[in-house]
This record gives sequence, C-alpha cells and structure tokens, in this order.
Amino acid sequence: MFDQSESFVTEDGRTIGGVMMEMKNITLRFGGVVAIKDISFDVREGEIRAIIGPNGAGKSSMLNVISGFYHPQDGEVWYKGGKRPPMKPFEVARQGIARTFQNIALFEGMTVLDNVMTGRLNHMKAGILSQAFWYGKAQREETENREIVERVIDFLEIQNIRKTPVGRLPYGLKKRVELARALAADPKLLLLDEPMAGMNVEEKEDMSRFILDVNDEFGTTIVLIEHDMSVVMDISDRVVVMDYGKKIGDGTPKDVRSNQAVIDAYLGVAHD
Amino acid sequence: MNKRAPLVLDSIPGLLARNAQDFGDKPAYREKEFGIWQSWTWSETLYQVDSLALGLLTLGAEKGDHIAIAGRNRPYLYWSMLAAQSIGAVPVPIYQDAVGDEIAYVLDHCNARFIVAGDQEQVDKVIDIQDNLEGLEHIIYLDARGLRKYDHSKLTQFQKLQETGRQLESTLSAELAQRKAKMTYDDTCVMLYTSGTTGRPKGVVLSNRNVIETSKNSSQFDELGPGEEVVAYLPMAWVGDYIFSIGQAVWTGFCVSCPESQETMMTDLREIGPSYYFAPPRIFENQLTNVMIRMEDASRLKKWMFKKAMAHAKLVGPALLSNQTVSLIDRIKYWFGDKFIYGPLKNTLGLSKVRVGYTAGEAIGPELFDFYRSLGINLKQLYGQTEATVYITMQPDGEVDANTVGVPAPGVEVRVDDSGEIYYRSPGVFVEYYNNPESTASTKDEDGWVATGDAGFFEESSGHLRIIDRAKDVGKIADGRLFAPKYVENKLKFYPNILEAVVFGSDREYCSAFINIDLNAVGNWAERNNIAYGGYQELSQHPAVLDMIQNHIEETNQSIADDPMLSGCQVHRFLVLHKELDADDGEMTRTRKVRRRIVEEKFLDLITGLYDGSERVATTTEVTYEDGRKGSISATLEMRNATTVASQKVAAE
Repeated sequence: MFDQSESFVTEDGRTIGGVMMEMKNITLRFGGVVAIKDISFDVREGEIRAIIGPNGAGKSSMLNVISGFYHPQDGEVWYKGGKRPPMKPFEVARQGIARTFQNIALFEGMTVLDNVMTGRLNHMKAGILSQAFWYGKAQREETENREIVERVIDFLEIQNIRKTPVGRLPYGLKKRVELARALAADPKLLLLDEPMAGMNVEEKEDMSRFILDVNDEFGTTIVLIEHDMSVVMDISDRVVVMDYGKKIGDGTPKDVRSNQAVIDAYLGVAHD
Repeated sequence: MNKRAPLVLDSIPGLLARNAQDFGDKPAYREKEFGIWQSWTWSETLYQVDSLALGLLTLGAEKGDHIAIAGRNRPYLYWSMLAAQSIGAVPVPIYQDAVGDEIAYVLDHCNARFIVAGDQEQVDKVIDIQDNLEGLEHIIYLDARGLRKYDHSKLTQFQKLQETGRQLESTLSAELAQRKAKMTYDDTCVMLYTSGTTGRPKGVVLSNRNVIETSKNSSQFDELGPGEEVVAYLPMAWVGDYIFSIGQAVWTGFCVSCPESQETMMTDLREIGPSYYFAPPRIFENQLTNVMIRMEDASRLKKWMFKKAMAHAKLVGPALLSNQTVSLIDRIKYWFGDKFIYGPLKNTLGLSKVRVGYTAGEAIGPELFDFYRSLGINLKQLYGQTEATVYITMQPDGEVDANTVGVPAPGVEVRVDDSGEIYYRSPGVFVEYYNNPESTASTKDEDGWVATGDAGFFEESSGHLRIIDRAKDVGKIADGRLFAPKYVENKLKFYPNILEAVVFGSDREYCSAFINIDLNAVGNWAERNNIAYGGYQELSQHPAVLDMIQNHIEETNQSIADDPMLSGCQVHRFLVLHKELDADDGEMTRTRKVRRRIVEEKFLDLITGLYDGSERVATTTEVTYEDGRKGSISATLEMRNATTVASQKVAAE
C-alpha cells in the first residue's frame, strides 16, 4: 500500500520524508464514552494529512491528543523518533507543533498584528523586568519577532488589516488570522481544525491555496480536519477516515474514495 | 563637471547614472514591505538596474528586443524597465489586470522575447498562452511564492538573474557600457499600448527625446525638484505613470514610493504624504464619499463645525489658492478652519503636503473640484494622451477652472481646426504606432501635427482650452449652432440623481434628452420624502421625480446658456427612461459608455415623440435578463418641456 520506510517524491514534485509522528493504538475515554478506540496512524514529514469522518467520529479529539490537550488512556504518541511522555500543551508547542481551532480562538479586542505576535510568545526569552522596561533584550527580541510576523502577514496577504482589531473582521479573515498566528510560531507540524468550516467557495479556494503554499514554501507538515470532501481530496496526500472512534480507512485520496467501508460510513451510497 | 566621468544625458539610463553621481545617497525608490518602508538610494538603484541588465545580457537580450513587464507598481518592475533600456531593449509595460487574450495580443504584436512578471498570477497567465507565442523565450518572475514546482527551464527568478549577471560581470560589463554609450536621443525609450476603446490596442512608440523633453518641460512648469514625494499606484502600463515614476523621477531625481498592496494604498499614501500627486476624478470622488459617510456618523458638534468650516472654505479657499484678494477677517476665519477642520481632513486624506495635484482622464464635477481646492489643495487639470507623452495642455498655478484644461504645455503647439477638432505638435509627439504605418499616417501628418479625436475650443476670456466632446460625436443643430452631447451629458451626470443621460440634437431643431435616474440616490430621496413606489419603472415616472429632474435640467440649461458657443445645446424636451441602460441589452459598453447609435435605433419611437410634440408615448422595450432570457417591458412615458434661457448674446441685441 504505502511505503513506510523511505522518503519519496510526489507527482507534483514535493519531497515527502520519513515518519515524523506516529500514533500507536490510541484509546481515549471520557468516563464510559469511548471517543477514540485503538487507532494507529502516522504522519510523514512534509505531507498534508487529512482526518475525515462524520460528526462525532472523534476527529477533534484526535487532534487534541496530538496537541497534548487530551491524554489518551492507552497508546503511545511517537514524535520525531521518540516516545512522547504526557505533556502540557505549551510543552507540545515548544516542540514545534502549532494549531488553529474549530471555533476561532483569537483575542477579539486586540489588533491582527498583536494577535499574530502572540504566536511568537514561545520564542521570547526576555525576563519580565526587561519586558516591563522595554529595554535591551526585550526590545531586540520584539524587533526580531516582528520581522518574522511581518513575513507571515505578507505571506497571507493581510497587510491591509494589520492594525484592525480582530473583532471587526469578517469570519473568513479571522480564520486567516488564526492561521497566521499558528504560522508565526514557525511550526514543524501544523494542526488545522476545520480551517474551511463556514466559508464560501471563494474563501475556501483562498484558504486551500494558502495551505498548499505553506506546505510548499516552508515545508511544514500539516494535519487537517475537514468536512468538505472535495477540498480534502484535492489538497491532501493521505487521508485517515474515522467513524465512531474507529479507523475505517487510511491511504491516498484515491484509495479512500474507493474503500467500501468509507463509502458506506461517510460518503453515503455511491451514485453513478 | 570637474573630474567625474562625462555624462551623456540623452537617454534614461544616462540620467540614472547622473542621479547616482549627483544624488547618490538620496532615496530614489521606496516600497513598503513587511510593514516597513524599504528604500533604495539612486546609487543602489543604479546597482540593481545594472545587475538586472547584466542578467538580461546572459539571457542573450539584444538591442531593440521587446521586454514586457506585468505586475503591480513595485520598484523591481521599474528597475526592469530601466534595465531593459540600459541594454538598448524596449520595455513594454502591460496592464496587470489584463486577461490572457489581451496579454497574448500585446506579446504577439510586439514579439516580446522576455517578460518580467510580478507574481504567480501573472506567470500563470503567460504560461497559459505561451504555446501560441513563438517569440517568447523566457519569463522572469519576482515573487517566488507558489512557483517552486513549476518547470524552470524557461523561468528565472528576478534576484537569481541579477546574481547570474553579477557573476559574469567581468565578461559582460564592457558590453553593457558599450550599449549604454551607443544610445541616442532618437532611440526608442518605451512602448506603451493604448487601452483601445476602438478596436485593437496600438503600441505607441516613444523615443528618449519624447520622454526626456516632456519630463523636462513639465518639471519646469510646476517647479518639480529632487525633494518631491510621489506615490506610484496607477497602472504601470499607463503613460502617466511612466512619466511620473520614471521620466520625471529620473529627470529631477525625486523619490517614488510604491504601496504595500492595493488595499493598503490609502494608509500608505498618508504615511508618505506626497507633494506631487495625480489621481483620476473617480479616486477623488471615492475619497469625498468616504469623508461624507463618516461625517454622517460624527457627533452633532463635529457636524456643525464641518458644515460651517466647509461653507467658509468654499467661499474663500479657491481665491486664496489663486492669490486673489481676500479680506483679513476671512483670512483669519480660514486660518481657524485650517487648524480645526481642513488640516486634519487633508491629513486623513494623505494630501497635507500636496503642492501640485493633477486630475485628468475624464470630466471632473465642478463641485468635486472645488471641494479639494477649497481645502487648500492645489488641484489642477491637465489634458493629454499617450501619443503626446501625456501633456497637451495644463493649468498654471492660479489659473484654474473646473471647465477648462489649461494652456498648451511648454513646447506644445495646439490648434483647433474648422470642424472643432484639436491638433497638437510637440517634442513629445510619438514616433509611430508599432508595425502600423496606416494608423500612424492617419493620426500624425507630415508636419508632426497629431489629431486628438477630441473637439474643443479656446475660451476667449481666459485663453484656456476647453474640451467639449469626442470629435465624431460633435455636430450641428438645424440652425447651425454647435452640438456637443457629451458636454451636456456630463453636466447632467454631476447630479447624483442622474445616473446616465443621452442627449440628441444633431441636425434637429433643438436638443432633447433621455435621463436615467440613479435608483440609490432617488430611492433614498423618495424614502425621506414619503414617496411610495413599487419599482424602478414606477419611481422613474413619478411626477415628483419628473419635477426634480426638470429642475436639474433647467439649472443645467441656465449654466449652458452662459456659454456663448454651446448655448444651443440647452435641453428643450426630455423624458425619464423606464429602464436602466444596460450592457446586457447592448445599450452600453462593458465599461459603461453609452452606445449612442444603438440607443437611437432602439428607442426611435421615443425620440420621435420628443420631436413631434406628443405629451405621452406608450412603448414596449425588449430586455435581456442576466441569464440570457428575453422579456419585454411596456410603459407610457411622459415627455416634458424644460424652460430654456435665451443666450446672452441674443438677449443683448
């Protein structure tokens, strides 16, 4: 099915590396409810990996396991060749994992620029005194980080709203700002929780382009959850399909599309 | 010039070299990127331009090659033009929003060997049409974003090409120097395609002489110096932008700033505070509308202050600008107004420092024009064309009028022939239309006079030129007086309630007009005045609306009557159309210009009604819906008489 050992080059010329993250037999329970049941899959360096499934399939739970927000009762998370001990989300973030949220989680009263700057927090080391007096290291750091943030702003084409409070922006742009904040953290692995939910066709096209460009330009590995089938099939390299907490399919979009279990569970009965 | 190398100032690259010597440390180009204004001095600009020129040599660019340039205003693209000129090639800027077909036509017509494209969007357009373009050898792109996966055999990144050029500098610099030295005053400097409202675009060839003479004359006219600040935001393919951002910039050595993106234009404008500014009327209108909308939401005190101050400004502002006598009290009042209202407003608009401002391209409403002038912004009009390297006439400081376009620009001769068409001759007159001797011959005669296709006359009182219409639309009324429909239509369209007007009268007894109401403006007005209506058609025929339009027309007649030459154009009878003129029905072009002939044919029954004295005419009109289905609407239209004013001359007899 899929060569697990060596890196390879995709049809469109991108290099997909070895396994970056591996989920081994993950089981997550909330009391008696089993959200994720014995799921294993891997994420390769440089790929766009989608997780799909009907409502309540456990997709967001899985993303939360990756980001360290939930701790599975059973199973192991392997990241960059080592088994990851249970971690707090900020520790996970320091390992180079950033995410966006299904329901936008931005600081509404702050400007776009300030919001994106918060993505750099993990990279600021200056002490509280230096920060308070805006002196020495803090000042230098701010300049360095601002430069990185400005590159992200340029990349996502949101220069014109740089100084606009986020609360005044339309939904589609907020989503983009959230992506900007995640990108500002300079992640190795980017988790996107329904980046295109509630968008119109044009906004979806824009967002798809940005996701592809991020992957292409920075080589960022991306794990995304998405409902829009056509988007998932178009932009992802491999797809995990979940249903009621179980994995029912895993492979390239083409494989998944022809998988009978997936068709039954998620895509409905095929029309000819 | 003491011990420095002798400079040859008869080409744009020559002037660039001079600037690098004389103003080496002064900023030449600026661009906002990553939230900060990045700037390049003249000597850095020269280095960048030379690097790219060397790079182009490595690709085998020859003298006389055409190098197309497509993208938004960026220093790199201006340098591409300068680099092309440095190696004796001809830059051909292309409208960045042109679709594939249009670009294909231009690239094919000039047989461009290279194109410098701003980003992926432009590259994609070129790749789509590449198969049909045999001459096109290489694409140079600026923004690498999204282009990583493309086949790079015919694709090179801008900075990479510069690096390659620098690596081979030792072998190529002699060639570059030689090509620069060989340039003469009559070599082609740039080729600009006209937008082509009639037929295919034509490539206007401009020589170094055209560009440099024009830049010199116009810079002297407005005393432009190396200290000016300019914001480059108009399409690079437009002749005006070429003259402002390259011609005058290299001649005088002023600094050109490029905005971060189209959307940030207004913020960037405010940050730069240009001293020399150009905008078409449309932009001034948008800015004014924004101000007015925001004033509506302001507190009552602010509104009151604004109203008071603007009323005073209207009274004395233009006079102050023109150095006319204004009483001390009025001056003091204006000073206070400036401190509290005009100054902050100009600052918000980014126009605080404008010393010389120009508008051109289409007629500007007198109200709009006076608004900016009353704020103390020295806004003037000019009249020009690509074929003239912009300038035909321009308004000198202190002699400004919304109705005229000024006196002939320095070095330009203007004459008006018997039919009213304007001709000019100047050092800026274009060399030829590229590969189109017929059009060249029919536009430019042997003595160098160029037909503008516009009709106009010199005002006796001021000696300034006034444009009345396109020459082919100008006719005579039955009694022999001049008929210029566009002139009247523009006056009518300045009323917000009137969206479109079509005036008839050629070879007829008198003038009459079709009016289209502006549904937004009139609908708003109806709401405020408790006038109920069911739809466009009903509103358009409402007696109160007809009264209002009649008022507008009679006011217009009044102002037309003041004009000795055009007093015959007063509108005697009019009707308000029951449907909007629409491009889908073929009544307008896609750029919203009325197709006079088609309107005349289609509404022949209505025109007959206007001239046979009927009070009402019932009519049925076929309409096309957006999805292509056809339908028809019927209406009975009221024809009204408008009061006209006897012209002053007649009254005096």
